Amino acid sequence: MSTLLFLIFFPLLIALLLLLIKRDLFRDIVVIGGAVVIAAASLLLGAMYFYVGGEVFAAQETQVGSLMMAIEIALAVVIVFLSVKHKKYPPAIFALIQTPLFVWFEITHGHHIKVVSNLYIDRLSLIMVLIIGIVGSLICVYSLGYMKDFRQHHEGEKDRRPWFFFLMFLFLSAMFGLVVSNNLVWMYFFWEITTLCSFFLIGFTKTKEAVNNSFRALTMNLLGGIGFVLAILVLGIYYDTLELSTVLMYGQMGYSVVVPAALLVFAGITKAAQMPFSSWLLGAMVAPTPTSALLHSSTMVKAGVFLIIKLSPVLGWNGAGIMAMMVGGVTFLMASFAAISQSNAKRVLAYSTVANLGLIIACAGIGTNETVWAAIMLVIFHAITKSLLFLCVGTAEHSLDSRDIEDMDGLFSKMPRLALFMMVGISGMFLAPLGMLVSKWAAMTAFVDSGNIPLVVIICFGSAATAFYWTKWLGKMAAIMAKAKNLEAHVHQSEWFTFYCLVYMVIMMCLLFPAVSTYAVVPYLETVFSSVEALALSSSNLQIMSGMVALIILLPVLFFNKRHFRKKKIVSMYLSGVNTGDSTKFYGSMGNEVELSLRNWYVESIFGEARMTLIGNILSILTIVSVLGIMAGGVL
Amino acid sequence: MGMNIIALLLYLLFAPFVGGLLAGADRIVTARMQGRVGPPILQPFYDVLKLYQKEQITVNKVQDFYVFCFLLFVIITGGFFFAGGDLLLAIFVLTLASAFLIVAGYCAGSPYAEIGAERELLQVMSYEPMVLMTAVGFYMFTGSFRVEEIIQTQTMPFVYLIGVFIGFTGILTIKFRKSPFDLSMSHHAHQELVQGLQTEFSGKTLAMVEIAHWYENVFLLGLVFLFFVNGTAWSVVLGVAVALLTYFIEVFIDNNYARMKWEVTLKVGWFTAITVGFVNLLVLNFM
Repeated sequence: MSTLLFLIFFPLLIALLLLLIKRDLFRDIVVIGGAVVIAAASLLLGAMYFYVGGEVFAAQETQVGSLMMAIEIALAVVIVFLSVKHKKYPPAIFALIQTPLFVWFEITHGHHIKVVSNLYIDRLSLIMVLIIGIVGSLICVYSLGYMKDFRQHHEGEKDRRPWFFFLMFLFLSAMFGLVVSNNLVWMYFFWEITTLCSFFLIGFTKTKEAVNNSFRALTMNLLGGIGFVLAILVLGIYYDTLELSTVLMYGQMGYSVVVPAALLVFAGITKAAQMPFSSWLLGAMVAPTPTSALLHSSTMVKAGVFLIIKLSPVLGWNGAGIMAMMVGGVTFLMASFAAISQSNAKRVLAYSTVANLGLIIACAGIGTNETVWAAIMLVIFHAITKSLLFLCVGTAEHSLDSRDIEDMDGLFSKMPRLALFMMVGISGMFLAPLGMLVSKWAAMTAFVDSGNIPLVVIICFGSAATAFYWTKWLGKMAAIMAKAKNLEAHVHQSEWFTFYCLVYMVIMMCLLFPAVSTYAVVPYLETVFSSVEALALSSSNLQIMSGMVALIILLPVLFFNKRHFRKKKIVSMYLSGVNTGDSTKFYGSMGNEVELSLRNWYVESIFGEARMTLIGNILSILTIVSVLGIMAGGVL
Repeated sequence: MGMNIIALLLYLLFAPFVGGLLAGADRIVTARMQGRVGPPILQPFYDVLKLYQKEQITVNKVQDFYVFCFLLFVIITGGFFFAGGDLLLAIFVLTLASAFLIVAGYCAGSPYAEIGAERELLQVMSYEPMVLMTAVGFYMFTGSFRVEEIIQTQTMPFVYLIGVFIGFTGILTIKFRKSPFDLSMSHHAHQELVQGLQTEFSGKTLAMVEIAHWYENVFLLGLVFLFFVNGTAWSVVLGVAVALLTYFIEVFIDNNYARMKWEVTLKVGWFTAITVGFVNLLVLNFM
């Protein structure tokens, strides 16, 4: 338990320390040191519990509850103050609904409910701890270099990096707390902290757009917070418990816990930026790129899916499960379509995140051991691959002064190493034999097994769209340009370090995922589901995939030998015979030289963002309103 | 197990011959439909041999790597299929192979190749849902994705998967890159994109693409064949006959239609999937 508490309090300590540090050198030391210790502590926790499987901790501290409540009230005051200051009233209203409601509940009911264990650790939370501890820390290290460039781009403004790094580490601390809380009141506390952290990080640049988007994120997440508080209320008043483990136990014993489950799923949906709440995550793009990486890969949105995966044993063919399936499925499909029409790299990544989270939530909603296997695998692969991609885009943005995919034309010639890393990341998102595809494959098989044909069709179409937007990006970068200048000299060492670590992790995870499945995911499923007799993918298929990964790594090594580079003559490309000499210009109709430039295809007329979002929002809202409406009707 | 290895070896050795002969027959049939005599049936082989003797030129040094990967993974696709392996796995590997081909087109940085690559990508997106749903159909009917278990079935899959069959043969025109859906590249000389995706390929690189197409076509016809097996010898004959018939119907369509716009390709591909494919799967689910 001491390691567990260390993981919650140590990042908090580092965060406070960073708030005070103004010098670059000291900050570098503290961040790197802190990141190493956090990653090491996560690994230590993994080593301690992966074999044992987990433990519950009583952690009976009467003071903790009061302290948390005091902080909650303080946070609500801050929210109300800021909302009024910026004349954005909805967050203030939501905060004024949920916090008094929560305080009232705590005083009248919460106090009398006995909580046996406040904290716990099991293999699912361990997986999350490792993701947060390793990927999250790496992102913090990357931020050091990124924020130095950011500072140069924003000279003349006040240096607010201490605040930035404070928030980053506070975020890690809250996430650790969130994934190990068994007491839902505690989890809610950490949940609200992540909401606040993301609010401040999104609004970090203080531009008008940033402020607007940060308030949108706050509004939507506070709405989810109301769902969370209501779930706690219902559980406390009608079920006389506040423990997540008890909720799951009741569900498995046959009591209906569908109402609190649906409210928690609703909270998860807002946090995981599912439609109709996807706009907050897209708006979060205005923040410095490490923020996006952190929000998308290892924290914030993963908190939402974590909660839903955790609840998956009580989901299935009931209101809560159907809500997760429908909203997740619709979001997966519509966000995948919308990504086609985007040329801003970060927006493509954001839509891809929204889509993947949708798939994870749909898997968790079905709630069989097969689908939950796929959901957990998706979480792991998505965390590593997406953080790699975001950070690569961040570095490319600082080098090219653009985050548009069109400007990444020929990146392979300009920044070969970076382009290669991005290509690894992109391939990892959708191509066989890499992790995400394997998980999607499992999801598809599991959907068929559960008899959910609409979801099967959704995943078929969604995969096709996914392949389209990733491949066109891949192709754009792969283009070889004549006379390209290498731009890689300016990239900071801390950024390279992070890239190497992440690429290595992506490759190792792809090679080793049969082992990850056998030693981490399947043992977890065995404790949660009564039987794990058949997984969607046979182990022989998993091994074939691993073998193919090895083949793909070996191929370039075997292919690009010295002989290969010697034997072929390079000629200029075909330009209808009007080449000017090299392949960068051609003669126009008036005999003038025209620079050759090529543009990608965005199929705007069919997959326009506005239309896709509208359809997705309508379908999701209808689902959520009808499920929650029917339940409210049942309760009242 | 022994049978699987024999089937795999037969595929690896003879698929290019079958594919090449089919391509030769395609050219003769096409010529006759246009009132020409046409080349000898072995012409595709002569072409490929000649390509191997050409001077080695290229626009960059990575293109042939991507094309080589395309060929390799197309071969592996069919390998999984004919060795009785997982159908869905084979389809995913084929998508991987397509991605390599498309990136090979993009990497030339040439306008013709890049637009060809974009169109090829659109074609992939158009047929992919139906191809995946075909595999799902087989799984729902036989309870397995493994080809070796699918061919054990006592009832002809065609009977229960008739919608899927119609959908699959429907998108085959796109998959074979035949007119009216030969957007990305074409053997005919009527296109505005020179050779589209293939414009910048030459010599051995182009030969590899040709050979890959032969393997790919044999795999696709193998999928058609799979609809008709039920363990009897007659079903094998029927399967081969329908596969060949399908191929020649595609040639027939190729010669009778002008190319259509890309919107039509996407709509045809997705419309078949969402109608016959989806309905067939729903019916299977309730049976």
